[in-house]
Amino acid sequence: MASTAQETMIINMGPQHPSTHGVLRLVLELDGEYVVSCRPVIGYLHTGIEKNTEYRTWQQGVTFVTRADYLSPFFNELGYCLAVERLLGIEAPPRAQIIRVMVCELNRIASHLLWLATTGLELGAISIMLYGWREREEILRIFEMVTGLRMNHAYIRVGGLSMDLPDGAIDKVWDFLELMPGRIAEYEELLTDNPIWRQRTVGIGVMSTEDLLALGVTGPVLRASGLARDLRKDEPYAGYETYRFTVPTRTESDCFARYQVRLEEMHQSLGIVAQCLERLEEPGPVMIEDPKLRWPAHLEVGPDGIGNSMGYVKHIMEDSMEALINHFKIVTQGFKVPAGEVYQPVESPRGELGYYVVSNGTNRPYRVHIRGPSFVNLQAVPAMIRGGLVADVIASVASLDPVMGDADR
Amino acid sequence: MKGTDLAARLRNRFPDTQEFRGEVTVTVQPHDLTEALSYLRDEPDLSFRFLSDVTASDWPELVPRFWLAYHLLSIEHTHRVRVKTGLPPDPDPPHVASVVGAYPTADWIEREVFDFFGVVFDGHPDLRRIEMPEGWVGHPLRKDHPLSGVNTQYKGAFIPPPDQRGL
Repeated sequence: MASTAQETMIINMGPQHPSTHGVLRLVLELDGEYVVSCRPVIGYLHTGIEKNTEYRTWQQGVTFVTRADYLSPFFNELGYCLAVERLLGIEAPPRAQIIRVMVCELNRIASHLLWLATTGLELGAISIMLYGWREREEILRIFEMVTGLRMNHAYIRVGGLSMDLPDGAIDKVWDFLELMPGRIAEYEELLTDNPIWRQRTVGIGVMSTEDLLALGVTGPVLRASGLARDLRKDEPYAGYETYRFTVPTRTESDCFARYQVRLEEMHQSLGIVAQCLERLEEPGPVMIEDPKLRWPAHLEVGPDGIGNSMGYVKHIMEDSMEALINHFKIVTQGFKVPAGEVYQPVESPRGELGYYVVSNGTNRPYRVHIRGPSFVNLQAVPAMIRGGLVADVIASVASLDPVMGDADR
Repeated sequence: MKGTDLAARLRNRFPDTQEFRGEVTVTVQPHDLTEALSYLRDEPDLSFRFLSDVTASDWPELVPRFWLAYHLLSIEHTHRVRVKTGLPPDPDPPHVASVVGAYPTADWIEREVFDFFGVVFDGHPDLRRIEMPEGWVGHPLRKDHPLSGVNTQYKGAFIPPPDQRGL
């Protein structure tokens, strides 16, 4: 072991370490308690999502991409579906777009809550973990009611949504909107002026805007450095240009500023959800009408979960032979998408989530590439922690909010 | 600048500029890539200083076979461009210049393209696999790499890839 004072020690943090947000491995070179260098190692959660989509129909691709960033599945579905819809030259009906925005913003709150809960846990604030989990559970209950599943929903489909909101969903979301501002105030009361929380986060993991941009970092981390960069404002999609909200920023660019940005974003998301609910009073279709493209089956959430609507089954089995033929053609073969390529970025809770989708004119994607914000943001870890204390590595990595499913895909 | 304006502006410098669904694609020769990216970054009315993404697609029947796509963004002007370049099937592995010097974010992204497609980025500081295990043979996102079709360890069972399951 160390015979001279200059010798450094190599230590593996992870891949099995509760504070590395999944299976992230950091090879740290330490000089005592200080980090000399760091080499992140990823790939432990690579599941071949991009390759898999090439072997399935366009509509089936949704069920794969939703599993990439498993903490914000709706954003994956939205990015993919918007890309395919642009290739097709279609747009989902207005009501579908409103519901898409609503579930995405609820998902953003859920993702930030999970970030808050786990980061608190990692930095020693155990109680916030329980609070964050508690409110996230409320959102997951809404998702379960709307989509039938708590995660990996495959709710957003090419051309619209798998189904409309069930009865009572809107009331449930209103209840949540009433509950949540008080709860966010509780978190702030617990943490913002908490001396231990501040000591663990203020001035930790600081990076300049230029460095962040050079490394491709986006999302709350970039906004905490003072740049109001938000794809919902800068390159609006799904009708975001019609919603009122602001892009919160801070200038300190440390872990505390990232915490403040995320809390403020939760407030903004609540405001967007309220605007969605007002617009949802108008009924309307949630799937395009074109029978050659639309997903034919009508789904319902029953007492035992999601399943085919009995009315629809009766329609194809007893009433209309054409409907049955159309059902089998679309379900087994899918539709063809004109040849071409698009890149569709959406603002996920972690930053720019980009879908590069290439079609060669057949019923399957030729290539789907996911620009995962966690993958790109993780590159900033070595720069962020160099020269700092080992204990601050945890705070810095947590402040990036990496999800390994998104990084490894 | 959006869509048509941007395409018209870029066509002066890059004759092969296409517009599709509001996105502008510039195709360059591999040996012009570095210069093209510098031009796009340094012209004040373009200022594509942010590299969003680099990826590739494999077209085994075409020459060039591997098509790299660089997605650039200008945060000041909020416009985007895609720069494409095609690499021939021969020699295998194909080579192209790394852009890590100009865009540090390309470090991991180029490693991923190397890992998945076997494209070698000359001048990359640390070109190793990033997602696949170190001992992996082949480059899985090439079209000639099978999806699964590997033997499982469960009683010697074999699960064919979905396109061969006769469904």
